[in-house]
Amino acid sequence: MEELTSLFHGFAVTLQPFNIMVMVIGIVLGILIGVLPGLGGANGVAILLPLTFSMSPTSAIIMLTCIYWGALFGGAITSILFNIPGEPWSVATTFDGHPMAQQGKAGEALTAAFTSSFVGALFAVIMITLVAPLVASFALRFGPAEKFAVYFLAFCSFVGLSKEPPFKTIVSMMIGFALATVGLDSITGQLRLTFGFTELLQGFDFLIAVIGLFGIGEILLTMEEGLNFRGGKAKIDLKVVLRTWMGLPKYWVTSLRSCVIGCWMGVTPAGATPASFMSYGIAKRVSKNGRNFGKGEIEGVVAPETAAHAAGTAALLPMLSLGVPGSPTAAVLLGGLLIWGLQPGPMLFVEQKEFVWGLIASMYLGNLVGLIIVLTCVPVLAAILRIPFSIIAPVILVLCAIGAYTVNNNSFDVIMMMVFGVIGYVLKKCDYPLAPLVLALVLGKMAEEAFRQSLLASQGHLGIFFSNGLVSTIMVLGLIALFWSLIQEGLTRLRPARPAV
Amino acid sequence: MNTQNTSSTGPAHRSVEIGVAIILAIVGIIVTYGSVQAGISWGAEGPRAGFFPFYVGLAIIIGSCVNLWNAMRESPAGLFAEWSQLRQVMSVVIPATIYVVSISYIGLYVASGIFIAWFMRWLGKYKWPIVAAVAIGMPVFIYFVFEKWFLVPLPKGPIEDWLNL
Repeated sequence: MEELTSLFHGFAVTLQPFNIMVMVIGIVLGILIGVLPGLGGANGVAILLPLTFSMSPTSAIIMLTCIYWGALFGGAITSILFNIPGEPWSVATTFDGHPMAQQGKAGEALTAAFTSSFVGALFAVIMITLVAPLVASFALRFGPAEKFAVYFLAFCSFVGLSKEPPFKTIVSMMIGFALATVGLDSITGQLRLTFGFTELLQGFDFLIAVIGLFGIGEILLTMEEGLNFRGGKAKIDLKVVLRTWMGLPKYWVTSLRSCVIGCWMGVTPAGATPASFMSYGIAKRVSKNGRNFGKGEIEGVVAPETAAHAAGTAALLPMLSLGVPGSPTAAVLLGGLLIWGLQPGPMLFVEQKEFVWGLIASMYLGNLVGLIIVLTCVPVLAAILRIPFSIIAPVILVLCAIGAYTVNNNSFDVIMMMVFGVIGYVLKKCDYPLAPLVLALVLGKMAEEAFRQSLLASQGHLGIFFSNGLVSTIMVLGLIALFWSLIQEGLTRLRPARPAV
Repeated sequence: MNTQNTSSTGPAHRSVEIGVAIILAIVGIIVTYGSVQAGISWGAEGPRAGFFPFYVGLAIIIGSCVNLWNAMRESPAGLFAEWSQLRQVMSVVIPATIYVVSISYIGLYVASGIFIAWFMRWLGKYKWPIVAAVAIGMPVFIYFVFEKWFLVPLPKGPIEDWLNL
């Protein structure tokens, strides 16, 4: 009941005129980010983060999360109209969305995609409202060992769940940890890994890394394909929207299943992309229209979009309640909290009630506003897509440079961004996942601190990570996640052997 | 990405993969070396500064060795990218590098204008009036959004000083 009053208080905060304005700006910027190639949720938020330094934390987080919702919505537009996923999580949407557009049913596909996104997000926000305070109050009892165990679980699930080869995930993650340790050691106050370079005293800023790896790297990848980026047309009118809405309740089972998949995958830091693929795959196998999937089946749009948006939203649950972000974008938001002087984690729910509940309330409203904006603005957005890439690319590069500079008002950072961009391009081409690198860079210091404090308490015995039921459970879950692909392989090898026995 | 036709040429995916694994292993060695310098043993205040990064560095070395081993067994036929594609990428990387370096000297606004103009004229083959419109309009727009509206100062060079902005 206490939560409900807090939530209403949150709505009151969100409904202040300034915050509503910030919300709308955020959504519009977010949709643009989602639509434009080379600007994704994570680096879009990173570039715009410095603009919020002068706002109150609550307004700032509302703006940034709304950019995130907008980007989630925007990704669907390019996938359906142009078969170009603006975001990795919209790849599965192209499978059926684009065929629908080719059959002249772009309006239906877009309406279905936006509506499913909204449903997925709503489901996840309700889950956050109910579960986050419980998780947070539970997590208040965590000591350093438990904290480290949670980080351990988060990173292990990356290794186990990502499609990339596990050792590439591990290396990418460890590079992130290594970058995080450069500079001043927060416990001993000693300098390390700077090798005498004064530029490295401050360490590597993860925002620079995000803008470089995701922003510049993505532009370079797009350049490979050349500049022939073609646009198309789309129209949505009220009739199409209403007709599609009439048809959607038929797919409530798919919807619900996708919501659950999305929430689950979003909370464990696997993220929206695998969630959308998994949901699409299961829907294809289970649905009685499964054979038509890939040829323009509306259910094939509903499933991945619902899951992607649910996962994207659910990724904020562990960020808020445990301080462990579930996706790169959530990691950037967490970095924002640190910059605004807030300590992410369970204490937020105690000390920063207005902030947390304002944020949660803004999730409800932001997604609703987002749905309305995308449904009404599709023609405008499609027109933006017709701007040739040779104009958009340099402008995006300039924006990335501005974003990188404004983080610390440092020109050297802009050069670092370029270096990260080239690194990101090469790593991505070689199947090294970039998300674990960014997450490790954000969480590295905190994970290390928790690790060293636990060891300090136990005089150096690793046994502290198995010293009580809670911490051992989390650690064992982590180990299972780490070796998940091996376990899976083992199980599939056992199965065909059984009938022979 | 896997639809290269056989006639096109470019660096083999395998060689790049091997190169990346070796470079990352070297990064791992540097990290381990730096950690040993910072001290990896226990000090008066518990584990010393290099304790954690030391193991991180070791993990990078071990992981890179596994990746190197996997890369060696890869078929040498696959391409990393065609030369023409790499040329496209380099046609962005080189001017963008010049751009980011020049920001410190001539300021962000002028550098951005020149960069946008170069990109549109050279790669996009636009007519000068359109090029000028975007290349001048964009920095002016950025100036008003950042300096005036959000009060975020951006690096300026001699021209801005001369204009007294």
